[in-house]
Amino acid sequence: MFVLATSAVLLALLLAVIRAIRGPTVFDRVLAGNTVGTLAILLLASIGFLTGRPEFLDIGLTYGLLNLIGTFAVLKFFRHGDLAYDVDENQEGKAWK
Amino acid sequence: MIGNPSAEAFVMAVLLTLLAAVTLAIARQRNMFGVVILSSIYSFLMASLMIVLDAVDVAMTEASVGAGISTVILLATLYLTGSMEYPQRRSVAIPLFVSIVVGAALVWGTIGLPAFGISDAPIHQHVAPTYIDFSRKHDMPPNIVTAVLADFRGFDTLGEVTVVFTAGIGVLLLLQGGWRLGGSRPDDDTEGDDEI
Repeated sequence: MFVLATSAVLLALLLAVIRAIRGPTVFDRVLAGNTVGTLAILLLASIGFLTGRPEFLDIGLTYGLLNLIGTFAVLKFFRHGDLAYDVDENQEGKAWK
Repeated sequence: MIGNPSAEAFVMAVLLTLLAAVTLAIARQRNMFGVVILSSIYSFLMASLMIVLDAVDVAMTEASVGAGISTVILLATLYLTGSMEYPQRRSVAIPLFVSIVVGAALVWGTIGLPAFGISDAPIHQHVAPTYIDFSRKHDMPPNIVTAVLADFRGFDTLGEVTVVFTAGIGVLLLLQGGWRLGGSRPDDDTEGDDEI
């Protein structure tokens, strides 16, 4: 059963990587990157049970936090063109360059 | 490598294929924004590969440094440089030669290694049995890597943590000092290309 689950996760990983490579718009790539991060957590879990030693399951928490920070950084860069942008100081909302 | 060797070999083959595909895409991509995303994906795939190889600590470092910090730093670089690459026509002979020579040297270096995963490799004969016996005898953490890092090499790990903590304090002080000396935040003007 774990073999089946791992195969399904790998198949989803393959589709996400294909979308990241081909994806015509930036948002396709951002979404594919986020999906790969999530699938890495799932792969970590299923590999742990596949090998019979799920002790490192909690490392998935770290992956989840990293994935969130990375996606936020990418989206903030894309919206404002600057990672240190402060919305309250720039109410006009300049378009990114 | 306890459970199902063929299944793990299959997972590793798929992950390595995806890594190769992502690498080729990075080399051919001209939009730097896409390259940043693809390198983040590369890091997550490499971290998964490290987990299949039972190197969980290396996988966590790869995920946090490769997918977390370098993505943010590369994006900050893109803000300064712009996100399209305009390649110049150059000869590929010398880079190809260097790549082939270095790759051949690395493959040649793996020929002398013992087979993957066998228990009588030299690295498993020296001090590893002592660590395993000692950690089992004295109720150390069940993960022996954790036992080695936190118990056997506790002072070493404390030193590493101190170095990282000092570096973090230094970076924070530098960033704060820059803002205070300028009198205003660097992103107040429209261009944002002064001291950052």
